[in-house]
Amino acid sequence: MATEMRVESAAVAGNRKLRLATASLAGCFGCHMSFLDIDERLFALVERVDFDRSPLTDIKHCGPCDIGLIEGGICNAENVHVLREFRSHCKVLIAIGACAINGGLPAQRNHLDLGQCLQEVYLTAPDVVSGQIPNDPELPLPLDKVHPIHEIVRVDYVIPGCPPSGDAIWKFLTDLLDGRTPRLGHPMLHFD
Amino acid sequence: MTQASILLDGLPIPFVAGQTIMDAATAAGIFIPHLCHHPDFKPQGSCKLCTVKANGRHVSACFTPARDGMEVENNTPDLNDKRRTLLQMLFVEGNHFCPSCEKSGNCMLQALAYELEMLSPHFDQFYPDRPVDASHPEVLLDFNRCILCELCVRASRDVDGKSVFALSGRGIGKHLIVNAESGRLADTNFSWADKAAQVCPVGVILRKRVGFAVPIGKRRYDVEPIGMQVERMAARSAGEEGMDGD
Repeated sequence: MATEMRVESAAVAGNRKLRLATASLAGCFGCHMSFLDIDERLFALVERVDFDRSPLTDIKHCGPCDIGLIEGGICNAENVHVLREFRSHCKVLIAIGACAINGGLPAQRNHLDLGQCLQEVYLTAPDVVSGQIPNDPELPLPLDKVHPIHEIVRVDYVIPGCPPSGDAIWKFLTDLLDGRTPRLGHPMLHFD
Repeated sequence: MTQASILLDGLPIPFVAGQTIMDAATAAGIFIPHLCHHPDFKPQGSCKLCTVKANGRHVSACFTPARDGMEVENNTPDLNDKRRTLLQMLFVEGNHFCPSCEKSGNCMLQALAYELEMLSPHFDQFYPDRPVDASHPEVLLDFNRCILCELCVRASRDVDGKSVFALSGRGIGKHLIVNAESGRLADTNFSWADKAAQVCPVGVILRKRVGFAVPIGKRRYDVEPIGMQVERMAARSAGEEGMDGD
């Protein structure tokens, strides 16, 4: 289970705004879309936090942050690098969504041979014409298996769901910002 | 003469001779988490989710006869922590990727995880590779979700009189098998009308061609947590359970 971590509430920290970062690894960005589903509550959120690295700000590397939200599992070498950097800059790391928590959809390839997967997709699939397996040195190397992020770094909290609802994300974040232990009851706690 | 009763989390619960702790609690509308227990079948006591503390000792509520004056702890942080750990082990041992499972929302394993606020599987995933059996015209078997509760084994043997299912192997190698020389469900006399088709608490035995007739979010445990459905669980019967897959 996640280790209990508390974020200093803004009042305790002398009204310093907290810094929040978000990132996506091997996911579908569905959790980020769900994050945007907090809709106009985003205005209330930016009253209390500044965004650091996030697809919302287009900042590519994280500075020191209080809270990091990360979606997606680990499917290639770049994911490992990004996750480690992200973890080292975030006081509290929250795994969001099925892929970050248990590998999710990408991990459904784990019982297949990676080489055979690549061959099937890029060479032997019926609609492939003169295909080739991508081999550009700039492409990160895929890992043999897809892993949940807790196998690589320490994770403080998780928000399950595929994706979790905007309401669940809002409940979780406001609990955390207000200094309460975040808790998702029925019907916000769901895995699908 | 006063009626015999147990003290369940401090609450006096009456029982009649022959009832287990589980029977007495269920009759009184109190939920004790369980997976392998089903009121229509003899207790099995394998999942250990219903572990309670009776007079200071850990026992399976589904198996232990109620005795007058017995003090039973059920809904305590300590027991629920242990139950959550059991669930986490079941989750990582199989492939319980809920978003791709037609049973999601009707699944007891998932509903108990919600009930006990299991947020993550905690342990490292096994990612098993157990080929599915889609040979039968009506029913699909996904062995990757089997929790070895033996409800289908008991139903097929004791109610249907067919003994279509059994468990084979020992320890971590234990797995569900189908009683045919080929090992395929199509080569048995199994049918969707069997009791064994209706009792799977997870997503192993699924009816074909009815997937997602009820949308995610509107299913049994989406609507109401499992802990609030004690009466319905007590009244479980073959007819009612058919609703799961429809």
